[in-house]
Amino acid sequence: MDLSFLIIQSLSGLASASSLFITACGLTLVFGVTRIVNFAHGSLYMIGAYTAATLLPRLLELSYGPVSFWTGILITALIVGAIGVLIEVLLLRRIYGAPELFQLLATFGVVLVVQDLVVQVFGPQDILGPRAPGLRAPVEILGRRFPSYELALIAAGPIVLGFVWLLLRKTRFGILVRAATQDRDMVASLGVNQALLFTGTLFLGAFLAGLGGALQTPRVSANTGMDLSIIAECFVVTVVGGMGSVPGAFLAALIIGQLQAFGILIFPKSTLVVVFLLMAFVLAVRPYGFFGRPEIVGGTHAVGIVSRTPRASGTVAALIVLALLACLPLVSDAYLLKVATEILIFALFAFSLQLLIGVGGLVSFGHAAFFGLGAYGAALGVKWLDAPMEAALPLGILFAAAGAALIGAFVVRLSGIYLAMMTLAAAQILYAVAFQWVDVTGGDNGIVGVWPSTWASPRNAYYILTLILCATAVFILKRAIDAPFGYALRAARDSEPRAEAIGLNVRRHRWLAFMLSGAAAGLAGGIYAFSRGSVDPSLLGISTSVDALAMLLLGGIQTIAGPLVGAGVLHTLRDQIMPLTGLWRLFLGVSIIAMVLLFPRGLVGTIRHWREERA
Amino acid sequence: MAKVSMARWFALGLALALGAPTAQAQQPPIKIGELNSYAKWAAFTVPYRNGWQLAQDEINAKGGVLGRKLEIISREDGSTTGDTTRVAEELVTREGVSLLFGSFLSNVGVAMADFANQKKIVYIAAEPLTDAVTMAQGNRYTFRIRPNNFMQVGMLVEQAKASGAKRWAIVAPNYEYGQSAAQVFKRLIQERVPGAEIVAEQYPALGKIEAGPTVSAIEQAKPDGIFNVLFGPDLTQFVREGNTRGLFEKKSILSLLTGEPEWLLPLKDEVPEGWTVTGYPWDQITEPKHKAFIDAYRAKFNDTPRLGSLLGYMVVTMIRDTIERAGSAETDAFIKAMQDAKFDTVIGPVTMRGSDHQASMGAWVGKLALKGATGGMADWTYKDGTPFMHSEAEVKAVRKD
Repeated sequence: MDLSFLIIQSLSGLASASSLFITACGLTLVFGVTRIVNFAHGSLYMIGAYTAATLLPRLLELSYGPVSFWTGILITALIVGAIGVLIEVLLLRRIYGAPELFQLLATFGVVLVVQDLVVQVFGPQDILGPRAPGLRAPVEILGRRFPSYELALIAAGPIVLGFVWLLLRKTRFGILVRAATQDRDMVASLGVNQALLFTGTLFLGAFLAGLGGALQTPRVSANTGMDLSIIAECFVVTVVGGMGSVPGAFLAALIIGQLQAFGILIFPKSTLVVVFLLMAFVLAVRPYGFFGRPEIVGGTHAVGIVSRTPRASGTVAALIVLALLACLPLVSDAYLLKVATEILIFALFAFSLQLLIGVGGLVSFGHAAFFGLGAYGAALGVKWLDAPMEAALPLGILFAAAGAALIGAFVVRLSGIYLAMMTLAAAQILYAVAFQWVDVTGGDNGIVGVWPSTWASPRNAYYILTLILCATAVFILKRAIDAPFGYALRAARDSEPRAEAIGLNVRRHRWLAFMLSGAAAGLAGGIYAFSRGSVDPSLLGISTSVDALAMLLLGGIQTIAGPLVGAGVLHTLRDQIMPLTGLWRLFLGVSIIAMVLLFPRGLVGTIRHWREERA
Repeated sequence: MAKVSMARWFALGLALALGAPTAQAQQPPIKIGELNSYAKWAAFTVPYRNGWQLAQDEINAKGGVLGRKLEIISREDGSTTGDTTRVAEELVTREGVSLLFGSFLSNVGVAMADFANQKKIVYIAAEPLTDAVTMAQGNRYTFRIRPNNFMQVGMLVEQAKASGAKRWAIVAPNYEYGQSAAQVFKRLIQERVPGAEIVAEQYPALGKIEAGPTVSAIEQAKPDGIFNVLFGPDLTQFVREGNTRGLFEKKSILSLLTGEPEWLLPLKDEVPEGWTVTGYPWDQITEPKHKAFIDAYRAKFNDTPRLGSLLGYMVVTMIRDTIERAGSAETDAFIKAMQDAKFDTVIGPVTMRGSDHQASMGAWVGKLALKGATGGMADWTYKDGTPFMHSEAEVKAVRKD
């Protein structure tokens, strides 16, 4: 390997790092000020790329030259910034009062809407933008050709860093942004107009996302997969750098760029996993990323289930619902039973997440890890050990619990968003293992032929089995929540120092919670595998984690019944909307946004709130 | 027993005698289920939908099949295996469709094949190309019309032989389709081109290629031939970087599917000239029957056809032929009529091999050329699929049925 090759490779890495930094920088600023985990950031990036790919050719037709090209890039970024403002004013501003994380659900709705809108506005075909005038020809570096536009990109990163630094250090707006990143409540108490500050930050964030997207035009054709392919990496950059830290994001982007450029030389298939391995490693060593700081004591995630005296009516209602569910096979056809089975499975899945988030205050973005481990555990049992369903299901639970024990051991040292991202990294690493280890897991074809035992294979038998297993698991989890164990978790959630002061071993409790929750999710995964006869890596993917999170948030994070209702509503919606129209993501997204606006505490939470207000 | 069946025959005869005149007009349609990724892969699936809609309209305008109208019920499959099998179940149990066709991604196709086997319903894979659908995961109920990876790679390797290149690099997206194409290439090039070796392999994640590093990593290995499986946005990025850095100069490049309009059109005028590809040169087709299809398509949709359009059209017309021969759309009769059946399609004769349920539809192999502002194919020939299929012995060894 000669020197010129290494230099070229690292220059390529620098160019990727620059564009990644520009986009991620917007995300980290938005999070720092508003505490919103903005899933829609990738969508803004995609809109930027599409807008530039459409706008630039027209501008270049008017007058061909670098001036119109770079003006076009700037106009694009401004347009996307304006869209960011629109999202803030119309949607996010209305739900700042809602529990933390709830905004995440809203931005998830925006992602779905944008995916379909982009196809409607720009057409289904990828759009190849023009190359940059004046930067078409390659330059010769040590006898090798290197695209000159990449050199411009390498310069763009530090330039943006410089501008953002000046903005943050030298302007009043910047001072407010930094202040709000450190202590939002204090800024509010000092009489700063928060609405304006937030709108400004969202504008800046969206502007940077749009800029990042627009700068990609000469390298990438604008396509509909851009949003999701960038967002995960952006999260990694912001977390590794330390949430809210712009220089941290820059450093993280540099490292990731180099890792990817050289990683493919050693492991050509490594691109899937290398960034998440980096994140897991950094968080294991530095729990707050490079330049992040610990969350303020008494953290802001302390929203969840509260104590209330159990009412007899609640138990009666639960029994009635159970009885009704048990009677369902009498009246429904095979398909409805399949959907109902899936709803029960997702209800258990979301409920297991509730134990972590609602009770323990441990936000997990990677809950799919345990669901997928359960499913794979069961499927591997069937495939390699010829285990019948009765043996494979417990094997799946064991798999999931063991995985949760391992992941939990790393995770419980962290807190807040860092904890969430560590779980995401763990899930992604497992995803990559399931994806790459073709000999054992079947790669992305997965494992097929995972069908239940004969006695359970009729639809209604399997439905009843699912009902019994899920109801039992939910009951056990509910007991754990009401037991001293659950109270200890909640104590740690509400105030870690105080919980420790009265002698609770916070980390051990959280670790146990991970195992319990993981085992329950694993059971759900195992039942799911047998209900559809196959497993594949998508069960471990981000979208599965987001599903559980969306169900939980939709139902209400502060209630016991919330995740169960949320699972029912979301899965029914999806099932009803998908066959109706090709625009199902648009409709699903709009429904989620509507529900977020109408029920800012989740469905169950808001209804209870109304009832209490009336009383 | 005899009594019952006698009574049944009698009832049937009576029903036919009395009901025939009215039944003629009110025969229920034959329902066929279709599912595909219309939201996520719109660039490919929308022209494909146009294709089968054209076929459906033509068939119904001529009076349908067996005197009954053909009704295709189409659904979004959500692009994931979980959603797809649920939607398929809805089509089967709620809509009562007689058979299913469609799907885009390879892993979804494999899950559908397993679903078909479990529910004992016919499934015709539309786009999934992985060999698994007709080989390792193949079963009695699953068919495929398009040439699979093994066949298309085989056609390209034939060209590789002619090029004389020995040092090959592979670049393929890191998922089922890319991996299986790369594997087939490795196997065939070593079998069929003496002295050939693989000097570099790159597997970027689907939709996430780091084009610069990938290009220079391949360059570093100094191959004299490159086998490419990338498509869509990854391909665009790879081609731009490769062109700028001169990667493709003086090398033989083989590329799967790149000649298909769905992947070629987005490349606009940056088409890498001289690549040997499989594709669809619809603009140069002169054969009257095929030309008639292209004209009808352009007239109806005011758009040029893609390969998907042809595929959608062919799948539905072959379903019609099969139902007509079988005398019904009932599963066992349909399978029997499909196995080893010969079809006279718009692209010529196609046979559905009975041993692995893979049709002999071929592909157009040629070189990419720039024509005005877009790319097209030159020096192409249509290669029938038959000589490129898996050998019967291999099929027997791999398939479980």
